[in-house]
Amino acid sequence: MSAATNTSSRWTPYALSLPALALFALMVLLPLALTALLSFQQYDAEKGVQPGFTLASYALVLGDSYYYEIFFRTGWIAALVTLICVLVGAPEAYILSRMGKPWRSIFLLVILAPLLVSVVVRAFGWSLLLGPNGVVNHVFGAFGIGVVKMLYTPTAVVVALVHVMLPFMVIPVWTSLQKLDPMVESAALSLNASQWTVMRRIVLPQITPGLLSGGLIVFGLSASALVIPGLLGGRRLKMVATVIYDEYLQELNWPLGAAIALALLVINLVVMLTYNAVLEGGYAKRMGRS
Amino acid sequence: MSFLNLEGVSKYYGDFGALIDMTLSVERGEFISLLGPSGCGKTTTLQAIAGLIPVTRGRITLDGRDITNLPVNQRGLGIVFQSYALFPHMTVAENVSFGLEMRKMPKHERDARIAQMLELVHLDALALRYPRELSGGQRQRVAIARALVISPPILLLDEPLSNLDAKLREEMQFELRRIQRKVGTTTIMVTHDQAEALSISDRVVVMEAGRATQVDAPYRLYEHPKSEFISGFVGKTNLLPGTVLRSAAGDEAVLGHGQRVRVDASGFADGAHVTVCLRPEKLFFTDEARGTLAGRVEERFFLGSQWLYRVSTPLGELEVSAANDGSAPIAEQAAVHLAWADDVARLVAKAP
Repeated sequence: MSAATNTSSRWTPYALSLPALALFALMVLLPLALTALLSFQQYDAEKGVQPGFTLASYALVLGDSYYYEIFFRTGWIAALVTLICVLVGAPEAYILSRMGKPWRSIFLLVILAPLLVSVVVRAFGWSLLLGPNGVVNHVFGAFGIGVVKMLYTPTAVVVALVHVMLPFMVIPVWTSLQKLDPMVESAALSLNASQWTVMRRIVLPQITPGLLSGGLIVFGLSASALVIPGLLGGRRLKMVATVIYDEYLQELNWPLGAAIALALLVINLVVMLTYNAVLEGGYAKRMGRS
Repeated sequence: MSFLNLEGVSKYYGDFGALIDMTLSVERGEFISLLGPSGCGKTTTLQAIAGLIPVTRGRITLDGRDITNLPVNQRGLGIVFQSYALFPHMTVAENVSFGLEMRKMPKHERDARIAQMLELVHLDALALRYPRELSGGQRQRVAIARALVISPPILLLDEPLSNLDAKLREEMQFELRRIQRKVGTTTIMVTHDQAEALSISDRVVVMEAGRATQVDAPYRLYEHPKSEFISGFVGKTNLLPGTVLRSAAGDEAVLGHGQRVRVDASGFADGAHVTVCLRPEKLFFTDEARGTLAGRVEERFFLGSQWLYRVSTPLGELEVSAANDGSAPIAEQAAVHLAWADDVARLVAKAP
């Protein structure tokens, strides 16, 4: 009897997670595998995608400094967006956690509201604000500063990405702040710590897991962002996702697009795993999480 | 002037008085407990002393210095929080070290202090553990060590034992008292557990609805409660309605069925309606005689060291406790007679 129960109970968790696994396989793994296959196929400018196996697309990406430049630009823009999101999002989440009853939910809604608006709409909104005849330049004009070119520059892309990504930083930090015992701060104060020391030595170390996971989400999403760089970076300022889009839909060179997409995926994975190993590993040692 | 003085300290939230006109003097080295049910203002009192909440009115002085408006990080008091509030990302030693670092103590001096303090709370072997790796009792000791290491003029304990299981709580009570005696720090403890307050304090402050209603040494508090509430909150008690009968032969209280109890009725007028408090352990079973009270055992409970009987009598249901001396207890439903010694009953004013 016990043998039978054991077998069935051992398989129960797998059986229960089967629907989710099946969905994951169908929606994520299968397209990924197809993309990988596609990246090894030949492309002919006249006949389109040809069957066969070649590394030509990868050779093209690795051999052309044009792509290096795009990958490098994507990397630093994503890193800068992550940094700004940390600097803005962490204090924002802390202030939010200290707000009183009605205000907290109101401001949480304000922070989350951008998520309810399509990213296309928000990108167009920013292009209206930042354009040569936009509101920002009107304000600059009023102060005697000439027209500043912002649209189709990295500045516009970074500003808009920060706006879109901020909730993804605020939410994890807010969650780790929720777990913080407010008495711990009082305890530090009672031991003569200044407000600043309390922040640096008591609060910050405890919200580090939130900052780390928020940073990962923001970096990953920024590095693969399409709409914002597409609409605010223009034709010249390309990021990896916009290049992939162009290869697929303008050049119709699907294998090359697939190869760039996989390269981005690999780079993103490497960045995340390194980050995890270095930062979270050091943190886990301190907090004893395994 | 005492070491710590609270003069008319009040804390209002809107119209609600969480603490009303608290006046208290604490001598150097004293162990004071603030005792009361939840919402009585005991924690508010502690927070006011700690500086964690601003007071609405009143003055707090420490060693002759007015600290009423001093921020918490300039008071330098040791606080043990109910949740212990240990720094989860620091080891035991780092937790204890924090306060010393804030005082810019040099490292070698600091290490010596930490070692000495951890030894005092018997945690020397666990200095490198993190709080999550400790049991509740050990965390409690870390919190005490962290608060005491800065040699605070006053140690404030907010329900320090309420998160521990019964057995550990009892051990920690005596441990706490041992530590306090050893370091001699003036200590104020908030608790809702009367047994805890009675066993370790020099004086107990009973609080009710934001006010201190009695401040006394534990034994006096137990034997001479000032109100029905206090006699019921501190220990078990039987409350019986009675009338004062003062005469040259001595004061007596006349109970419902003409039973007379010798009492000290000073402060009460002849003929006043009062409440007579008779502690269960002051009642005993006896043979029928003049003045004894007939009754029947309704229920009995075995408490280990003693038996608690519920006896129905003409005066109502009374609780009687008797030491478990190893002899057979009285059976339920048995007819019994109760008596009590002279001068063990106390009078309090009838609660309105």
